[in-house]
Amino acid sequence: MKEGNGAIKKMMIIISKGTLENVYAGFVLANGARMEGIGAEIFFTFFGLEAIHTKKLEHLHVATVGNPAMHIPTMLGGLPGMESLASMMMKKEMEKIDMPDIPEFLDILTASGVKLWACKLAMDMFHYTKSDLYEGVEDVITVGDFYNKSAGEGVHMLFI
Amino acid sequence: MERIIEGKKITVNEEGFLKDFSEWDKTVATVLASEADIVLTPRHWEVLEYLQQQHKDEVALSIRRIGKSGVLDIKEFYQLFPIAPLKTATKIAGIPKPASCI
Repeated sequence: MKEGNGAIKKMMIIISKGTLENVYAGFVLANGARMEGIGAEIFFTFFGLEAIHTKKLEHLHVATVGNPAMHIPTMLGGLPGMESLASMMMKKEMEKIDMPDIPEFLDILTASGVKLWACKLAMDMFHYTKSDLYEGVEDVITVGDFYNKSAGEGVHMLFI
Repeated sequence: MERIIEGKKITVNEEGFLKDFSEWDKTVATVLASEADIVLTPRHWEVLEYLQQQHKDEVALSIRRIGKSGVLDIKEFYQLFPIAPLKTATKIAGIPKPASCI
């Protein structure tokens, strides 16, 4: 095999959704990479930006509608308060397994050397500025910039 | 697997972790550290002692716990053991690899 026996050197993770379960998936993968000595960077785009928006990042929810694995009938999932209830229950379970909440997780990621990037196009679309974002975000960059940062052997890209 | 460190025989698993903590000593730690390109400073020893104590107390280790330990923060942990800190530090400390995803 070429490329250093296929060893993974860096994970470039794109988080495009703002639901709690998707954001956690990206965060766990990024942190897990660093724990194994693998580099990790996250590019937040579209609704993924909610995870680094200071006023929104503490209010992410689990999707209760259109999520068959929740085993909640779609009609019920759409009732007011259902998302909050499901999210609250999920957060409780996560605390039990020692999973940090989103603000603490962001601190862990940046302390672990994970680079956080915000997508310029999505920022413009939502009328966000860098001052709206979590302080550990490196910069607002274009998709082209992100590709350039992904150069090198053993670099893998993941879209969530 | 058996290996000899400074004339002393120790038993390690396939990832190089000691199987029996009683075989650990500071010489073993120093050699394991040098294999990870780490020169142990007094600060490293403090952290290794903390990890060993946690293991003795049967506390599951994770990066998050390290951050809350009051001994060091996550940033310093990565500075002391730059590559795979939890894995590397526990290996040098002679304790099992934590089965943690966080």
